[in-house]
Amino acid sequence: MTKIGVFVCWCGSNIAATVDVDAVSEAIKAAPGVVFATNYQYMCSEGGQAAIRSAVAEHGLTGVVVCSCSPRMHEATFRKAAAGAGVNPYMVEIANIREQCSWIHKDKAEATAKAIALARAAVAKLNLDRPLTAPETPVTKRALVIGGGIAGIQTALDVADAGYEVDVVEKSPTIGGKMAMLDKTFPTLDCAACILTPKMVDAAAHEKITLYTYSEVEKVSGFVGNFTVDIKKRARSVSVDRCTGCGVCSEKCPSKRAKSEFDQGLRERSAIYIPFAQAIPNVPVIDRDTCLKFQTGKCGLCEKVCPSHAVDYSQEDEVITKQYGAIVAATGFKPIGLERFDEYAYSRSPDVVTSLEFERLCNAAGPTKGHLVRPSDGKEPKTVVFVQCVGSREASGIGAMKGKPYCSKICCMYTAKHAMLLREKYPDSEAYVFYIDVRTPGKNFDEFYRRAAEEYGVHYIKGMVGKVCDEGNGRLTVRASDLIENRQLLIDADMVVLAAAVEPDPSARALATLLTASMDTNDFFTEAHPKLRPVESPTAGVFLSGMCQGPKDIPDTVAQAGAAAAKVIGLLSKDRLVGNPCVASCDETLCNGCSACERVCPYGAISYETKTVVDRGAKDERRVASVNEALCQGCGACTVTCPSGAMDLRGFTGRQIMAEVDAICR
Amino acid sequence: MPVESAFQPKIAAFCCNWCSYAGADLAGSSRLSYPADVKIIRVPCSCRVNPLFILRAFQRGADGVIICGCHPGDCHYTSGNYFARRRAALLFSMLDYLGVESGRTRVEWVSAAEGQKFAATMNDFAKTVASLGKCRRIGDLRCRTSES
Ligand SMILES: Cc1cc2nc3c(=O)[nH]c(=O)nc-3n(C[C@H](O)[C@H](O)[C@H](O)COP(=O)(O)OP(=O)(O)OC[C@H]3O[C@@H](n4cnc5c(N)ncnc54)[C@H](O)[C@@H]3O)c2cc1C
Ligand code: SF4
Ligand code: SF4
Ligand code: FES
Repeated sequence: MTKIGVFVCWCGSNIAATVDVDAVSEAIKAAPGVVFATNYQYMCSEGGQAAIRSAVAEHGLTGVVVCSCSPRMHEATFRKAAAGAGVNPYMVEIANIREQCSWIHKDKAEATAKAIALARAAVAKLNLDRPLTAPETPVTKRALVIGGGIAGIQTALDVADAGYEVDVVEKSPTIGGKMAMLDKTFPTLDCAACILTPKMVDAAAHEKITLYTYSEVEKVSGFVGNFTVDIKKRARSVSVDRCTGCGVCSEKCPSKRAKSEFDQGLRERSAIYIPFAQAIPNVPVIDRDTCLKFQTGKCGLCEKVCPSHAVDYSQEDEVITKQYGAIVAATGFKPIGLERFDEYAYSRSPDVVTSLEFERLCNAAGPTKGHLVRPSDGKEPKTVVFVQCVGSREASGIGAMKGKPYCSKICCMYTAKHAMLLREKYPDSEAYVFYIDVRTPGKNFDEFYRRAAEEYGVHYIKGMVGKVCDEGNGRLTVRASDLIENRQLLIDADMVVLAAAVEPDPSARALATLLTASMDTNDFFTEAHPKLRPVESPTAGVFLSGMCQGPKDIPDTVAQAGAAAAKVIGLLSKDRLVGNPCVASCDETLCNGCSACERVCPYGAISYETKTVVDRGAKDERRVASVNEALCQGCGACTVTCPSGAMDLRGFTGRQIMAEVDAICR
Repeated sequence: MPVESAFQPKIAAFCCNWCSYAGADLAGSSRLSYPADVKIIRVPCSCRVNPLFILRAFQRGADGVIICGCHPGDCHYTSGNYFARRRAALLFSMLDYLGVESGRTRVEWVSAAEGQKFAATMNDFAKTVASLGKCRRIGDLRCRTSES
């Protein structure tokens, strides 16, 4: 039985003026388990803590109740004091008789009675407390970043600069992400490649960073500080060590029917290819689906022409296993497919393009070498209609959703950019932008948009485009409504540019399952707290960087990438992690393996094991729940869901809370 | 003790550690009063409140039970308050059916910044429960103490 000492604090006059502290320490002596009770002017002071130490020594206390201010103030203080005196720190309970009593009641008798009741509840709970030890685990000082776009690159650089090893897993053959595809970037119109490629080079050259391109995460186990990850390195069919990136192979390759992913399908690429000139690593991969050697067995030309003998058709996928302390998701986004937006004639006319295709058409390294022309006939466009919010901000509730309910956040700005670029290249051209609203919050953003409208003479029209018709003679007719003038418009256009909504990378959902990180209904990763913990996922040790968490432009992505890095560095700088011992535990003799608890746990902390359970003397093979104490955060959701009463929460057990209920309802 | 003429209901208030308990602390440091018979039980999250605790409170003589948690979307554990809300809706309707009027049970979202709301909620709840009088419906007679 716990030998309890009760210490009633005066808090100067904060408590003592309204609560008769003598009466409280006197009355509580009668409570079961209490062997000592006293009151003191300031329990949190050195003197108060000394009083705890001497009482422990004198009365052999094994538990301490402090009647004082809120546990949110001083629970940690008193736990430490108790530990210093040789009492288990989790054998400490606080009765909050200041915030919940002396400060809100005036009548001394009433306040004293309540203080006694609160003290009794704390004693009742402490009687059922058991000593707990906070688990300590070592930290593997290496981080894994999944996704090598600007978000992943920035996070990796920041973590590596702090002195920790970082591995970057990128599924495509090169790092760089979407930013590598862009031409100029708002709001400054500096060229994307000029600011991105130095960072890509830095990441590749950094001694602490290892890049795994053309690779994917296959399996994740473990928990914060100690993840074990299987990474599948897909076969490139080219030796990274030997290849010098000369490009002869791609030139000579006879199979040139695949659409270039990097150029958004605007040109064909060879089966052995480097996505773009500044790719990192600058080593080709063989796309086995279009390679003649792999498809028909005949060819093998690249192997013959390669001066460094780097081509290797026999390469196989390789799985490596590594340990990490922290994992960062930086899987980015893609523009939505436009199959369901047939009214814009995207699938019928090559001159109806997405904004990302428009970026490639403007880009000096793009399929047209930066000569902005119509994909159909290579002519310079004179009239271009830009349509914003294609698939974004769709009102829900009217039938099946074609698009997304959210604002993609970047389209207003890049459309202004595109319209300006057009007017700059062809001063005699006309640019029309159709919008629902123009949203330009951000430093120098509204100024940028106004420049487009005022200085560049871009026609901004509030309204919707109803239909785009391909007239067959190289002309597109755009039917639209102008909501301000309240009239219908018919515009003869050479090109139509669709600002397609963004959506998370399609692989993100499967990755979230591997990481047991949660996602919102749109498949963006959710943050641990929407306001206060925006770069952490609810799963401890998993962090979020860039567009995978929600639509963002480059400045926001880089800021978030840095914030995620700071969190990772904070974690990796610890040698050991001290966990929370107040976690769930399963009584295996009661558990029936129903899986109810697993479904409610927000952290994926519960799994099932088949175990030999000794129940009332009989041995039995059973499937029972088991809680991973490093993952459990101690919310208690599972304890209430469990129909068998098998799950309980240490430090807040069912019996303890019942005892408190009993004490206060007395 | 002064002789109380007016009936003072016993109220158990389950408060989640991260928002509502902090809101109660703020009510305290702002010196916003509410009846002394409201007593708080700290739980890590509103989802830790087992329906059995609520039944137990009524058996033991509580006249009202309130669960306070973070606002929807703000739960420290992201989803706990949604579970709490669903469970409470079921239990409270069953309790109402058993004769524990719906005015005696409540779920309220109180953030750490809402000291004012905490005190106002407790005052209002205590008033409603007081107007319903003593709750005898599912009280366990074996639990009766001499004074009740
Ligand atoms: C048309 C257009 C124009 C834009 N113009 C501008 C502009 O002018 N200024 C501006 O500030 N912003 C602009 N943006 C926004 C900018 O592109 C994004 O903010 C930025 O690219 C987000 O970076 P990210 O790293 O989060 O995502 P991404 O660039 O999408 O990078 C994610 C990377 O992760 C990889 N990946 C995905 N899933 C996995 C997986 N499971 N395993 C391994 N790797 C994976 C992807 O292959 C990719 O390389 C524009 C966007 C578009 C569409
Ligand atoms: S207490 Fe919460 S976090 Fe822990 S296992 Fe149960 S549901 Fe999961
Ligand atoms: S809910 Fe209870 S009985 Fe079901 S698996 Fe979990 S612990 Fe076992
Ligand atoms: S932590 Fe407050 S309701 Fe879950």
